[in-house]
Amino acid sequence: MDASPQMPTLSKVPRILNERETKIVASDVNVYYGEKQAIKNLSIDIPDRAVSAFIGPSGCGKSTFLRTINRMNDTIDGCRVTGDILVDGKNIYDRDLDVVQLRARVGMVFQKPNPFPKSIFENVAYGPRIHGIAKSKADLEEIVVNSLKKASLFEEVKDRLDHSGTSLSGGQQQRLCIARAIAVNPEIILMDEPCSALDPIASARIEELIDEIRQNYCIIIVTHSMQQAARVSQLTAFFHLGDLVEFGDTDEMFTTPKDKRTQDYITGRFG
Amino acid sequence: MSDHTVKSYDDDLASLKQMLAQMGGLAEEQLANAIDAIAKRDTRLADIVIAGDEKIDALEQQIEEKSILTIAKRQPMAQDLRQIIVAIRISADLERIGDLAKNTAKRTHAISEQMPRKLVSGLTRMGNLAQEQLKNILDAYARNDADKAISVWRSDEDIDALYNSIFRELLTYMMEDPRMIGPCTHLLFGTKNMERIGDHTTNIAENIYFLVHGKAIIEERPKKDSTSTTNYNLIK
Repeated sequence: MDASPQMPTLSKVPRILNERETKIVASDVNVYYGEKQAIKNLSIDIPDRAVSAFIGPSGCGKSTFLRTINRMNDTIDGCRVTGDILVDGKNIYDRDLDVVQLRARVGMVFQKPNPFPKSIFENVAYGPRIHGIAKSKADLEEIVVNSLKKASLFEEVKDRLDHSGTSLSGGQQQRLCIARAIAVNPEIILMDEPCSALDPIASARIEELIDEIRQNYCIIIVTHSMQQAARVSQLTAFFHLGDLVEFGDTDEMFTTPKDKRTQDYITGRFG
Repeated sequence: MSDHTVKSYDDDLASLKQMLAQMGGLAEEQLANAIDAIAKRDTRLADIVIAGDEKIDALEQQIEEKSILTIAKRQPMAQDLRQIIVAIRISADLERIGDLAKNTAKRTHAISEQMPRKLVSGLTRMGNLAQEQLKNILDAYARNDADKAISVWRSDEDIDALYNSIFRELLTYMMEDPRMIGPCTHLLFGTKNMERIGDHTTNIAENIYFLVHGKAIIEERPKKDSTSTTNYNLIK
């Protein structure tokens, strides 16, 4: 896929389902927070149209690495990234890269739902509007409705799109954030513990949603729930002390992991 | 393997293993007594074996309940999950071994009066082999020893081979003297029981291999039991 600057429109290129191409190639990535090295020589190929889960104990570098993929680390003082991260073959750390455009291509959902203090409609409409994706009001409405539908939220909020996003329940707010991320046609969706603030039923709805949309996106989820990683992902990466210990087929990672550290972690024998 | 962060999880797995060891010990004892009872035609001992099967059945149920509870509570992964699944499977095999020992003991009543002692020696030999297989496989399980499990798995062909020769021997006795048909049929079932016990130990061996390596044994097991295709006329 072409990674030219007109990025937001690119995901409208029809994608062939069930064909897994590599979307992200990271090689020899090192991340430092001041003197402290958070990621050590990490190399990984992440496929498109699949869910990759990052697991590992706190401080292992999984969230740090996740944030390098949409350059969220740029905003942290003293954070330095070396190595290459290629999205569709284009290095996202190149000087000529437009970070705003990058973040439209690489959406992010956070641990705590963070809707804007605006109406449900405006929450979703905000991104397409500032990125100039909608050509008319009708176009914008269509994008909002479709995004809410994709995020399995539309039926619950269709009669109150003018209500505040913050008036929704936690689970609904998180789905609103996913709708907001989807609205700008991202290619990659990063999820940093998206269910950790939700009750089991709301978590299950998010998992169901991830399952429904995974054929259209490259999804990376950081989670502390091993069962969740096992349920939602096709590939799992285990991080430990800044190293990528093992990355492979989820079914194998949770049944017959190759590395003893992975085995110890997933069976609850760590530390 | 190192301990779980949650200590009571280790206790759950250890108690499963301990219950299984207890069940294995009981199965061994039942088998030894059953062989002894039929060899000596000791109906009193046979009755003890018949009554003793209940304990094995009860343990199987306890293992099943403990396994389900542990899965529900701990959501085990990888080797821990295999440990539990394998415990359920092995307990089912041990329960069947208990049943087969009981069935063999029962036959003591049917043959006690009429049978010449020499006829029973084949069954005793089969029984001793099955006992040894069972002992070895329980040992392999206690030590998570997949290599030992494989060697038990392979040696099942010795039992099969012996079963073939006893089968032929008993058929010959029956042909020589029709009055022997009754007791020899019981002995034939008894030896078949021992052969089945051998098969259950191979199941256990396969489970130990799976427990340790996370995959099934690929090789085909050598099978030497050809009695199902042995033609009566050929022996004649």
